[in-house]
Amino acid sequence: MNIHEYQAKHLFQQYAIPIPEGKYADTPESAEQAARALNGDGWVVKAQVHAGGRGKVGGVKLAKNLAEVMDFSRELLGKRLVTIQTDSAGLPINSLLIEKIYPIKRELYLSLILDRATERVMFIASSSGGMDIEAVAHDTPEKIISTAVHPAAGLQSYTCRKVAYTLGLKGTQLKALEKIMFGMYRLFLAKDATQIEINPLIETDSGDLLALDAKINFDDNALAIHPDILAMKDPTQEDDKENEAQQFGLNYITLEGNIGCMVNGAGLAMATMDLVKLKGGLPANFLDVGGGTNVEKVCEAFKLILSDGSVKAVLVNIFGGIVKCDVIAQGILEAMKQIHVTVPVVVRLEGTNVEQGRALLTNTGLNLYASEDLNHAAEQVVALAKAVA
Amino acid sequence: MSILINKDTKVICQGFTGKQGTFHSEQALAYGTQLVGGVTPERGGTTHLGLPVFNTVQDAVNSTGATASVIYVPPFYAADAILEAVDAGIQLIVCITEGIPTLQMLKVKAAMVGSGALLIGPNCPGIITPDECKIGIMPAKIHLAGSIGIVSRSGTLTYESVHQTTQQGLGQSTCVGIGGDPIHGMTFVDVLSRFQADEQTKGIIMVGEIGGGEEEDAAEYIKAHVTKPVVAYIAGQTAPAGKRMGHAGAIVTGGKGTAAGKIAALKAANIEVVNSPTEIGVAMKRCF
Repeated sequence: MNIHEYQAKHLFQQYAIPIPEGKYADTPESAEQAARALNGDGWVVKAQVHAGGRGKVGGVKLAKNLAEVMDFSRELLGKRLVTIQTDSAGLPINSLLIEKIYPIKRELYLSLILDRATERVMFIASSSGGMDIEAVAHDTPEKIISTAVHPAAGLQSYTCRKVAYTLGLKGTQLKALEKIMFGMYRLFLAKDATQIEINPLIETDSGDLLALDAKINFDDNALAIHPDILAMKDPTQEDDKENEAQQFGLNYITLEGNIGCMVNGAGLAMATMDLVKLKGGLPANFLDVGGGTNVEKVCEAFKLILSDGSVKAVLVNIFGGIVKCDVIAQGILEAMKQIHVTVPVVVRLEGTNVEQGRALLTNTGLNLYASEDLNHAAEQVVALAKAVA
Repeated sequence: MSILINKDTKVICQGFTGKQGTFHSEQALAYGTQLVGGVTPERGGTTHLGLPVFNTVQDAVNSTGATASVIYVPPFYAADAILEAVDAGIQLIVCITEGIPTLQMLKVKAAMVGSGALLIGPNCPGIITPDECKIGIMPAKIHLAGSIGIVSRSGTLTYESVHQTTQQGLGQSTCVGIGGDPIHGMTFVDVLSRFQADEQTKGIIMVGEIGGGEEEDAAEYIKAHVTKPVVAYIAGQTAPAGKRMGHAGAIVTGGKGTAAGKIAALKAANIEVVNSPTEIGVAMKRCF
């Protein structure tokens, strides 16, 4: 799960990670009030969306006076921001973060990630901050230091010193960085984060360190024990259909094609999408209905797939293991009748009781094709989608 | 022979009296697995499915001599269950549970170092040696005792591979689902090395997916150490970057872990990679 920058900075504050003085706003008026309360003679107006790359597309603006704060806020709020990390529709800007401007001497990079290769929590730091870290890693890998934390020993001071010296920090800055790193580490463990990123971490003219930006991702598997984090969820930043799918225990991801896919199992669902593409079609979605499929789930899955107007045909691919194929076939028939599915549906069933399942799906009077073979089913659904389109 | 389990493997079940534990224990017993008891705290001394129930894994091990355990406890109790099994000296721990917080698995893996115990999963279908021992949730009927070793990160794609090798008359020596989580127990390389050493296994099917770098590690290992024919399939060529495709571990981040990258690494190691999941069995058959 992702959260907004202003929410991440609120958490930073609780873990003694220094942040710029700032205030949340969701109207031009409250933005102006926020700027007034912050004092100073210049402010940053930052669009709050769940995506990076905001600065390059006008999502972060420097206001020299209060009138500009109002103007920029009016311009941003209610608009959708398209960045390099969003799709072509972009994400809605419903809130802003108004911050004081700080004189920047240097921009650094600091993040804490869960590294699956080493199975460790790992700090990544670079003296090239404010840029896309993946580009830095690609072009100038020598500018990046990564250092893992042993889970039994926990974070040690020497690790912080190592990072500090690599970043060219000295004197009181060593302790300042140590405090930031310990704050990040405690926050990471306490809230089951998977990534905390500060890009940039700035060194001000006076030598202070400040987290100018803040990004945190959390482990979906742990959200049930962190109601405070779950409460920060902003559904407006996520796909409507993906939100709806979650409520029914379905794994759904919207894609850009016109062939709906309903599959049991994540691996088989990915493989089915790939096969549709291989046969010359484009999948409209990833959908894993899970192991314990029933009529209700199949109904909801059909509704989700068909709520995408571009879907011209549906491929159902089920490998019946514990769930028997005849039970699944009944579920499909029931669902197609209940919600009046009119687009062609190709069903490939395999596994336990497959003959009974296939028999149920033939001569139904519905726009339904039972296929014995997955290859054939994929070819058929691609042909049907093309015929309709 | 087979790898890791056979007809003599004594198995206990953690979460034995729960709904999942009960259902899959019945299936395992029907298959002929030497399931010798189970563990549910506060139910020690009772019987379930005609087998003894113990309060602790240690009690179960002491009484039954079990060397393997299968875990069906809910996600927030699973890390504790794995470590209890390690502590009791269980050699093979199979954790079916999906949804364990990643940081908990990180601690479990660190704590297992030096224990000698092997972990399969979590978030996996389990392991089966056809006609001998079934530990997990895979449908029994599709299997056929034979010569192909199967290792996969996905449950349903394991079943596809099993089904296809059964149809081709090749059968399976042992099938291992290593699980869809980012931090998990045995890796592709851990299983591949055992298939290479196993006499019964004549060919190997490896099913990977997007996310992480284990397929790339496997490619290097196969090139250097595996002499048996290997057929590979990688799922997720059409998966968008940054999206988690069902499995917690199936995600492309920062341009890493793509299907294209994995396929290229495998092909560079002269491993046959099939384009379609429907060609796995046929491609394996062609090797003989």
